[in-house]
Amino acid sequence: MNINLTIIGQIIAFTFFVVFCMKYVWPPITGALAERKKKIAEGLDAADRAQRDLELAQEKAMSDMRKSKEEAAAIIEQANKRANQIVDEAKEKAREEADRLVTAAQAEIDQEANRAKETLRAQVAALAVAGAEKILEASVDESAHAQLVEKLAAEL
Amino acid sequence: MASEMTSSAYISHHLTNWTFGAHPENGLSFAATAQEAAEMGFWAIHVDTMLWSVALGFFFIWIFRKVAKTATSGVPGSTQNFVETIVEFVEDNVSSVFHYKNALIAPLALTIFVWIFLMNTMDLIPVDWIPFLTQKIGEAFGADPHHVYMKVVPTTDINATLGMAFAVFGLILFYSIKMKGLGGFLGELAFQPLGKWMLPFNLFLEIVGLLAKPVSLALRLFGNMYAGEMIFILIALLPFWAQWLLSVPWAIFHILVITLQAFIFMVLTIVYLAMAHEDH
Repeated sequence: MNINLTIIGQIIAFTFFVVFCMKYVWPPITGALAERKKKIAEGLDAADRAQRDLELAQEKAMSDMRKSKEEAAAIIEQANKRANQIVDEAKEKAREEADRLVTAAQAEIDQEANRAKETLRAQVAALAVAGAEKILEASVDESAHAQLVEKLAAEL
Repeated sequence: MASEMTSSAYISHHLTNWTFGAHPENGLSFAATAQEAAEMGFWAIHVDTMLWSVALGFFFIWIFRKVAKTATSGVPGSTQNFVETIVEFVEDNVSSVFHYKNALIAPLALTIFVWIFLMNTMDLIPVDWIPFLTQKIGEAFGADPHHVYMKVVPTTDINATLGMAFAVFGLILFYSIKMKGLGGFLGELAFQPLGKWMLPFNLFLEIVGLLAKPVSLALRLFGNMYAGEMIFILIALLPFWAQWLLSVPWAIFHILVITLQAFIFMVLTIVYLAMAHEDH
């Protein structure tokens, strides 16, 4: 247990190790630790931000969906209205067409009836003349009695 | 070996350092006996203490430098994880006690803690293994095995603990003067705690207190480790089949002691240096 030069040797060795540690060991290790701490903090921040973004996106999606539902409902309503309108218009047109057809038919019928009456009247006049001839057994002057026959025919 | 020599010779052999120095009669030589080592006085060096402490110091900076070179802020490997745990432990201790800006204190504390821990850990190697091995090696080189000394625990050598304590003391003086100026430092010694009318008393008290710091640092570590080593040596004197009954519990207890002593040395160093920075 002698005190000797070993003390000096130990002081030199100790100084060397401390200086080496201070220059080449401590800074890189604590640097890595600090950097990791920063990374973790950033990671947590990013997670928070992502959570917030997700909430915002969900909210936006909900409101978008609500809006498009409203739009769809409006479009359907409009389409229904238009369809009713089209049906009404078609009904109207059909009714007009029917009226027109009925009127035309009526006119034709009237025309046909008139024409038949005319023909009938002419034939009756002839028949009456022929009948009268037969009855009189004599020839009748057609031109002298034409006025009489026509009067007869008009009465038919 | 205990069978080859008397118990006291065995103990004293185990407590003698491998010394190289200037012997008054033999000149520069390795001391063959404890007495020769004592006769060399101050101009001698304990080769085994230097060898083991420097080797362990290099082991420390090798491991830590390896991690520092590849240190990543990503996922750490197992060695980096282990080293980071120690670094953070030291950093926590430093930042809880030492509130000044000083790039030296934390690396200093780390070096003290790990180096002392490694030196203390040599105590857990069974006391006879390395001395026996070196005796055989010495014998192979033609030396008398009884004159081959090898003390493997540097912290059981008062020179090693005093060396570190003096280095810390130097830092205490340096920072005291740097932070407070020479006048401030001397004023602190002269005018506290009792004011200027009690100057001689203050000076005496403060200087004793100042000197007590390195001395207590060195002696606390040395005393604990020396006593622990001594008990291992005494246990080694028992019959071989009975040794484990005592050496195992003592070794397990000693794990606590070696860690605790390294920790205490570190914390007290930080505290002393914080006090040196403090301006009253």
